[in-house]
Formats: sequence, structure tokens, C-alpha cells
Amino acid sequence: MRRIFTGGGTMIGITKLKKYIGVQISGNQQLVYLGRTLYKYRWLYFMMLPGLVYFTLFRYLPLWNAQIAFKSFKPLLGVWDSPWVGFKNFITFFNSFYFTQLISNTVIISLLKLVLGMPMAIFLALCIYETAFKRLARFVQTVTYLPHFLSWVIMYGILLVMLSPDSGLINEALKAGGKDPIAFLYTPDWFRVVVVGSDIWKDTGWSTILYLAALMSIDPTLFEAAAVDGASRMQRIWHISLPGIVGTIVVVTLLRLGNILDAGFQQIFMLYSLPVYSVGDIIDTWVYRQGVLEFQFSLATAVGLFKGVIGLILVLTANRLTKQFSGSGIYS
Amino acid sequence: MRTLTKSWDDIFFQFLVNAFLLTLMVAVLIPLWRVFVMSITPLHYIDTKTLGLWLDPRIWSFEAYKQLLSHPSFVRATTNSFIITLGGTVVNMLLTVPFAYALSNPDLPGRKFFITMALIPFLFNAGLIPTYLVVQKMSLIDTYWAVILPGAINIYNLLVMKSFFEGLPDELKEAARLDGANELQVLWHVVLPLSKPILLTVGLWYAVGHWNEFFNAILYLNDAKLQPLPLLLRNILLAANINEYVEYDAFSSAPVSAFRAASVFLTMLPIIIIYPRVQRYFTKGTLLGGVKQ
Repeated sequence: MRRIFTGGGTMIGITKLKKYIGVQISGNQQLVYLGRTLYKYRWLYFMMLPGLVYFTLFRYLPLWNAQIAFKSFKPLLGVWDSPWVGFKNFITFFNSFYFTQLISNTVIISLLKLVLGMPMAIFLALCIYETAFKRLARFVQTVTYLPHFLSWVIMYGILLVMLSPDSGLINEALKAGGKDPIAFLYTPDWFRVVVVGSDIWKDTGWSTILYLAALMSIDPTLFEAAAVDGASRMQRIWHISLPGIVGTIVVVTLLRLGNILDAGFQQIFMLYSLPVYSVGDIIDTWVYRQGVLEFQFSLATAVGLFKGVIGLILVLTANRLTKQFSGSGIYS
Repeated sequence: MRTLTKSWDDIFFQFLVNAFLLTLMVAVLIPLWRVFVMSITPLHYIDTKTLGLWLDPRIWSFEAYKQLLSHPSFVRATTNSFIITLGGTVVNMLLTVPFAYALSNPDLPGRKFFITMALIPFLFNAGLIPTYLVVQKMSLIDTYWAVILPGAINIYNLLVMKSFFEGLPDELKEAARLDGANELQVLWHVVLPLSKPILLTVGLWYAVGHWNEFFNAILYLNDAKLQPLPLLLRNILLAANINEYVEYDAFSSAPVSAFRAASVFLTMLPIIIIYPRVQRYFTKGTLLGGVKQ
């Protein structure tokens, strides 16, 4: 409790207070002091009350429930009374046929999205920044940001309109060219292409925001000086624009790598089906099927916990690297 | 001579840049446009030449929309979505704003503790099943609360709002406190009127999240009467036979594909209408959170 008081700016910590007045303060007086402080800030605590209840019920109670990862959960016995089984659920998962498939699908889909999506966003940001038609630039921004706000259910509807074998645009074009239609969403060779492609279609525009902000903050006199020195357009982009956003690129890459185990649950959940499990099933979708459809609560929780721990380590590492790189972290 | 080549260079460069921008814009618009064209295509209409990208306005048919809008389950799902979006956003704001304001006060005893308390679940998520068990235990399943309460505070939004409040000048707050205002009055009369941009940004993020919500609805709302629009849309799109979800009139003049496209279009319509007007708030909020350093 004592540390709490030294944290505040204008508050005087108890230890400091003791030194300051040079007398010993009894435990009773400390209590009075605590009471006065709490009373002084009663309105703020009152305002925090609903939030604290929320955090307890919906953020910390689930953490408590996560212990069923080490138990054999029986709904009738409840979380606490179900018997402990140690690491059995984890070992079942590690030894299962699905382990390597799930991890590799998750990582491959994540990496493909990063490696193919990011250059696209950087390129678009540079084009928006360079165009002489500012009105066009604004219009392009409005249009390309829009898909970011559509849910994956709507995206699935749009993808059907583009890809469905009987009426999708691309298949109509194939048929018109005398070729056979392709069931893109049900063919393992095509599924990842669709996943990565639709992700790029949806989010490239929105991802330009950070790069544009970085470009806008470059000192314009740099470009003028370079122009006077006879630097070409491409030279200016290569030597001024790109170095100006390289910091943003590094930070975004680190953050995305930190979240590499999140390959896009809602997207895969909407798009995948049995024929493409081999290339599309990711950790999150597997947890959903095991937990919600097969009622394997303990196994699903164990896998979720495993993913959470790896994710935490990756995010903390990424944050530390970001701190070293830019002098300040994302979370502090 | 030199300036001439340089300007040709510039023109070529501008040509490439703008050509790319236009191509990309068309690539985004074509799928959206085709959804619309398919939704107004009448029954038995076959035209392979236009690839479904163009339809003579004289044969536009709004039959699919007419049927959908008059269908009880569609009307109910839309109503549910509006209730969840409005109610959910109100709950979000009632919980997030006061909490963020209290955390933004640097003198609050225990501030570090509370911030850490909010950060831990942000970095470490307990996962699907443990949260499901809580919702189940509280008997929230098959109530609107099940899709509103578990995400009542988005920690990212909370932190963005907190740092916005921290940036407001202290003088006004101090003056109000000296006049005898309590913290609730300071928040209401001094802080909130200065915080319209952040309130709009965060409020809009919450609202879009609720409008698009379908996964929690799949988990927690089994009662068809409570299901929101995205869930009905999902059923319409996935069902081999859409009669299971909305009775489709076999004698109608709209094909099933138009019916599906029309439901997609109606579900995204509110976003298409509202988004361009509030775009700048979204962008602003993202930058506030994203480039803190």
C-alpha cells in the first residue's frame, strides 16, 4: 500500500512525511491518513467503480477460469472442483497430428499478409503523397479506406460476387475465355491466395495512414534543396521520402511480428471449409471447433493459453526492440 | 534542354503515379459496384458480354429489395442490430469515459496499479472458452447483454482516451475545482465539451464494431429472435437453401443471387452512408493512438 502514495505527484509519501516532520506516525494515524486520501478522491474512485466491476468480471474472471487448461473440466463440477491433470491437455495438443499444421498455417498466412500487404501500402502512400492532383488523392483515400469498415461477413458476400463458380466475376471471365470455372474458396491451391488477396483489398488503404503521417512530417525544405541540387524524382523518393518513413516501417513490422499468431480469425472463420482445412485451419479456428463445437473445453483452453503465452513473449520482445529503435515503446 | 527533359520526366512520373491511383480505386470499386448490379438483376436475365458489370437501367429490378424489406426476419434482424449498436455504444461510453478520466488524473492514489490492471488483459488474453464460461455462468446467454457486456471497455480505446484527457490544459479543471465543483461536474462541464473529437472517434469505433459484430452473436445468441443483421446475412449466404432463414418466394421475379447481393448491399449501406462524413474522425483517432511516440 505504501508505494501507492509515493506514486502521486502532489501527494507526500508516508515515509517522506515521517522524515519531514521527524516524528513516528502510529499505525492508527496511517489509517486516518489513508482514509482522508481516499475521501479526497472519492469522486474519482466512484467514477471508476463500473469499470472496476467490468474488469473483474469480464477480464480477470476469465483469467481465473483459464486454470481449466490444467484440469479435466466437468461442467457439473465447475471450474474449481474439476480434477487437476497437469500438462496433459498441452501434451495432447503437442503430440497431435494438427500441431505442426496449425502452427505453420497460422505463421505462413500471417507472414504472407505482412510481406505482400506492406509494400503495397507503402507504395500507395508514396503515390498519394506524390500525386499533383490533391483532389484525386483525397478521393482515393476515401474509397480505399472504406473496405476497412466492412465486416468479414460482408466481405464474404463480396467475395462470392467476385469468385463464386456460377456467377462470380472472375469465373464469368474465365468462362467467356473458354476456360473452366474454379471454386477458389474450396481449392487448397487457391485458398491462401484468396485469404491474402482479400486482406490486401480490405486493408491496404487503411494501412497507409501511418505512412502518410510520417511522410507529411518530413521537412519540405529537404525536397526543395534536393530539387535545386538537381536530384531526380526517384532520387528524392529514395533518399528523402523512404528514409523519412523507415522508422514507421520498422515499428509496424515489429508490431505485426509480435502478433504473428493472429492470422485473422474472423476472416478464416467466414471463408474456410472442410476441403481447405489443410492450408487454412489456424490456431484460433481450431480452438473454436474444439471448444464450442466439440465441447473439449479444457483442451481448447490449453491451446488458447499456449497461444497467449507465446503471443505475450513475442509482443514484449517486439516492444523492447521498438523501444531500442525509436526511444519509446508502444505500451509505455 | 536540361529543364525540358526534366519536365518530361516529371510528366511521365505523374502519369505513372496517377495511373496507379486510378487503377487501385477501380479495383476497390468494381466488387462493390458488381454487388449492386447483381442485386438489381431480374430473373432469367443472362448476358455474358458485360460480365455482370453493366445493366440497362430500363430492366433494373428492385424486387429483391422489396421482398427483403418486407420480410419479418429481415426487419427483426435490422431492429436487433440497431438496438445492439445504440445500446452497446451507450454502455461502452458510460464505462470507458469516466474510467479514462479518473486514470488521466496524475494525482490519483493507486493510479499506477489501476493502469497496470488495465494493461495486463490487453497483453494477455485468457481466450475464448474462459470468457464463454463467465457469460454462461452469469446467465447472459440469449440476452442482448451477452454481446454488449464482454467488450464493454476496449482497452485500446481506453488508453487513447486517457492520453487525450491528459493533454487537456489543467488550468480550466483547477478553476472549476476551486469553484467547488466535484470531479463528476468537472468531467461533465469542463472536460467533455473540450473532448468532442475523441468522443466521436471512440464512439464511432465502438458503433462500427457493434454493427459488424457476428462472432459473439454466433456464440451467445441462439434465439433467432435476437440475432443481428450480420448473422442473418451469414445464414443467407451460406445456406444451400435460403428458405430455412427467409422464405424465398419461388414465384418472385428476383433470382437467388439478387436476393443474396441485396442483403449484402443493405448490410453495408449504413456504413457507406455514414463513413465518408466522419472519415476524418477515424483517421485522427488512429493517429492519436498509433504515433504516440
